[in-house]
Parts: sequence; structure tokens; C-alpha cells
Amino acid sequence: MKAVTANRLSDGAVLYAGPNGALVERFEHAQLFEEADAEAALSGVLAQKTAIASAYLIDAATSGPVGREALREAIRKNGPTVRRDLGKQAEAADERL
Amino acid sequence: MYRYDQYDETLVKERAAEFRGQVARRLSGDLSEEEFKPLRLMNGLYLQLHAYMLRIAIPYGSLSSAQLRRLAHIARKYDKGYGHFTTRQNIQFNWPALIDVPDILDDLAEVSMHAIQTSGNCIRNITSDPYAGAAAGEVDDPRIWSEVIRQWSSLHPEFSFLPRKFKIAVTASEEDRAAIKVHDIGLKLYRNEKGDRGFEVLVGGGLGRTPYIAETVRKFLPEKHLLSYLEAILRVYNQHGRRDNKYKARIKILVAADVEDFRRQVDEEWLKSDRERLDAPLSELLRIRRHFAPPRFETLDDESAALAAARGEYGEFDRWVATNARPHRQAGYAIVNISLKPIGKPPGDIAADQMEAVAELCERYSFDEARATHEQNLVLPHVKKDDLFAVWRGLDDAGLATANIGLISDIIACPGLDYCDLANARSIPVAQKIAERFADPDEAADIGELKIKISGCINACGHHHAGHIGILGVDKKGDEFYQITLGGSGADDASIGAITGRGFASGEVVGAISRLVEFYKENRKTGERFLDAYRRLGPDPFKEVLYVDASTV
Repeated sequence: MKAVTANRLSDGAVLYAGPNGALVERFEHAQLFEEADAEAALSGVLAQKTAIASAYLIDAATSGPVGREALREAIRKNGPTVRRDLGKQAEAADERL
Repeated sequence: MYRYDQYDETLVKERAAEFRGQVARRLSGDLSEEEFKPLRLMNGLYLQLHAYMLRIAIPYGSLSSAQLRRLAHIARKYDKGYGHFTTRQNIQFNWPALIDVPDILDDLAEVSMHAIQTSGNCIRNITSDPYAGAAAGEVDDPRIWSEVIRQWSSLHPEFSFLPRKFKIAVTASEEDRAAIKVHDIGLKLYRNEKGDRGFEVLVGGGLGRTPYIAETVRKFLPEKHLLSYLEAILRVYNQHGRRDNKYKARIKILVAADVEDFRRQVDEEWLKSDRERLDAPLSELLRIRRHFAPPRFETLDDESAALAAARGEYGEFDRWVATNARPHRQAGYAIVNISLKPIGKPPGDIAADQMEAVAELCERYSFDEARATHEQNLVLPHVKKDDLFAVWRGLDDAGLATANIGLISDIIACPGLDYCDLANARSIPVAQKIAERFADPDEAADIGELKIKISGCINACGHHHAGHIGILGVDKKGDEFYQITLGGSGADDASIGAITGRGFASGEVVGAISRLVEFYKENRKTGERFLDAYRRLGPDPFKEVLYVDASTV
């Protein structure tokens, strides 16, 4: 399976393509695509030129990024492994408080 | 310190205003990302894994308390409360929003700072000796010449689109604290046998994919001809440097191909140039020199009774003085190194509160001067020995009194895969684990000078080639592995480390380093550094202990 990931133009934050073409901040809300549908989904995100600075496809399962770039994409998904108080991992922790 | 003149002030403010307009056009869609990317890079703004990263130039590493306080303000208001000092005496912020960057640049301009030429294929921030103006034996203050080069190279129209980036470092001491031999151009100011001052000009050093130690292209260049000669080098490079292959585009490739031919071309270019027009006029040199007049040092005995008493009473302070303080040219003063390598923390990171603590100390005790070093530490260059205890107390309160300068836990590490879009592997966690393993200060002191340098990819921002022990993170089918190099140095005895063999899994690196250190301790001569023992014994016995019992791949 594939997911579309992007960096938001205004602040560079990591985004994913979610349902109905929306861009979401959490991987948990990302939509997974079959190989055949992935390129079209990517094109849809790349067309949002004032919303994103970059976008590309990653290998993913419902559990998270997989494959050769799994570590890099896990770090993008969560935040720096050396600063657990920063990035999406910290935002997720805040929400649980 | 150098103060901007009206020209500098106008230039920096206009550049910030220009970038504000470019950001607005990007946000509105008038500029595409492809069009905008080179514009943001010209202003030091990268897009990394989690966010944008803004790299701010610190010319020759020199900072005032006002600048440190402004950096703290930026860290707090626009970022996440900290910054990261780099191996080129710059500072990076890891989380700025694009929409805030114009405001950040305005804030920087108010304290004579900017992010111009911190990226792109241009002449980057000029780096120098962090002990400039304080070290004994200096033939001149290298910041004067660094500032001359900064002014010449800022927005130089002919050299704004070079084949690749271009880095210049300047020193004026026998001891090289600026790693001049691994720069595109390294300049060493000295006096010849006649007593005249001039530069040894080294060209073609560099790390990255293809590391080289620089070649001496001119043994003695009278100082007054510095700019015309630099112009000749850059012209030859601009014309003949390869633009067809990014990996062969640095000047080191041109120099290494035929250094004699390169020297001939530079000399030809130089001799036909209009040197009178290109070289800095004496009046401007004198104007710049006045900005670097020595501070008003007090006339003091070199021995400080207060220092001796405090060292006798406080063991931790005594250790810190022995490790982090260095002799000063002026009797009764010392150079203070502030370690940004607390055990277990990311090398080079500093919190906003800590920036302010350093600002306070530099204003009160060091003539309002601080320096960033290429080893990712800070320096208070002019501290009275009588004040060392107070400075240490202030640093200790701020969590900045780690006594490990030059020791095994004073590790250079690039941001690596925790932040960097180019990285293949993480660097910071490896540095943290090694520092934690050697956290015992007595053990670290016994090991002595040992420079470990870690890069998360072949671009070598962590200078691993120049580490006594170098560590290079590589990706092997999605897993992090680490190649070890031995015998590198970025100092006077510069050398490129040799790869030992197969890489280690991340969990094996600390054990591998421990085996190297144990072997060194068992086989060193009295007072012999790790690097010298390696050079005496050769690579084979070190490789043997490195790979014994290791499940390497």
C-alpha cells in the first residue's frame, strides 16, 4: 500500500493525503492507496500548490510507514527521536492529557 | 567587534524586505515552489524533515550579548526554544514557519545579522579562529581579514553562481583552530623571514564524498594582495570548475586533477588583473582594523590568588578550569570554552535561557564578546582569571559547565536523520550513547584528547573524515549502519581518516569505540594522544580489536 505525504507550505509541517482529497496532519488519519491509485492521489496533492511545498509517495501499512524508508518516515511521522517533547509525538501526548 | 556601516544596514534590511515580498508571492501562488526554492535557499531557508530550517550566518563566529539575546528571542517567539550551532560557526533553527521568516530576518537585521549566503553555490560564511584576538602568538587578528573577505564576498555578482558552494577559513596562529586545511580556501597569516606579514594560501581542501587536504598554492602572499589573489582563484574555479556533475564540482576536484596547472592558471589570472582596483584600499583596511582594536585589558599579575583559592576549594571548578580554560595573550586573563556537549544531550544545541545566560556572562565578564566554534561549542575570549569562578558558577547554573573540551565526549555530530532531509542515518543518538559510556570525567581525562566526529551521510557535515575516530552513518536496506574511520585530523596535522572495514549496527558502535579506546590505553606511550598512537602503531592492530567478536555486516 501507499500513502501520500507532503510538507505544508506555510510551516513545513508533515501532512498526509486523507479521505476525500483532504490533507491531514496525522498518519493515523491518512488514506492508504493501492499501487494503481497512488499516482493519481499524488497528483491531486501536488495540484494544491499554495497548500504544500513538496509531496511524494511512501510505502505504508495501517501500522505506519514500511519499507526501505520506514525509519525516515517514522521520524517524520513522530518527530525527532532525540527530542520526544517535539513534533507530532509531543502534540499527540498533549491531546492525551 | 565589527559594527555594520550604513551600507551593510541598508543591504540587510532591503534583503529582508525583498524576501518578505517573495514569501507573499509564493503564498499567493504567484511563484511556484520550483521558482521559490532557490530564492529561499539564498536566504538560508531549507525544508527539512519536520519543518523549515533557517541557517543564520555568524561571521567568523563572533557574537555580542545583544545578538545572543536576539537569537534567544527568536528561539522562543518563532521556534521551539532552542537553536543548534553548526560546524561552520553558524546557528540553525529547526522549526521556523515560512510565514514568520520575514519577521525573523527583520529581527536579525536589527542586530546586524542575516541568513544571506548560508546556502547555495556561493561564498559561504567566512570562518576563523574562535580565539582570535585572545590567543598568544597570533601575528594579527584574523577577524580583520575575515571581515575584509566578508565584505568582498557579500553578494559579489561574479561569484553568486559558482559551480558549487565555497568555504573560506582564516587563521593567524601557528595552531590551526579553524580547520583551514579542509576548506576550499584556507588562509594562514604569518610573518616571513623578513618580518613581513602575508598569507599561506591553501586551496582544494574539503570533506564530503571525496575528501582532500588542501594544497599550498602560494607559500607567501603579501597581505595587501589578499583580495586580488582570492579573485584570481575564484575566477579560475568559476571558469573551469565542473558544472556537469554535482559530485565533481567543488574546487578540490580541479586542484587535485593538476595542482601545478591550477597554480599556473591562478598566477596568470592574478598577474593580468588590475590589482590596484581589486585589493582593499589601505583606508578601508584601517577602518576595519579599528573595529577590532583590543579591549581595554587591565594590567594584572598573571597569577590570580582568587583563582588558586577557588581551585583548591572546589574540585569540580578545578577540573573545569583544567579542561575548558586556555592561556590568554594578556597577563591575568584566560580564554573560556563553553561546552555545548552536556553528557547525553544533542551536540551543539542550546536553549534560549542558556543563550541569555551566556549573553549575561559575556557582557559582564568578556568585554561583550562571545564566539561560536567549528566544534559546536562557545567561547568567552577575554575573562579575567579573578572572574573565572563567577563565570563557572553562572555557567553551572545554566547547565553549561560540562568539563569536556577536547575530550572523548566533546563530539561533533551533524543533525542527522532526526532532522535532516539528506541524512541516511541518525548521528545524535550515537553521540549521546558514546558520551554516556564515557561520562566518568576521570576516565575521560585519562583518555585525553580524542576527537570523535559523526556524520549522518556522505556529505560529512559532522566532519567524520577529520575525526581521530570518525563515524559515518549509512543506510543498508533500511537499517542504520555506521562505518568507522581512524586517523583523521582537522588541525595542523590534518589528515583524512582511513575506513577500517565493514560497518557496525547502531547497537554495536559504543562497544567498538570502547575496544579502540581500551587498546589505545594499553598500548600508548606516556602522554601520547590516541591519534599519535594510531599513527605510530598503524591501522592493523586497531582493526584487529575493532572487529574481534563483532557481528559486523
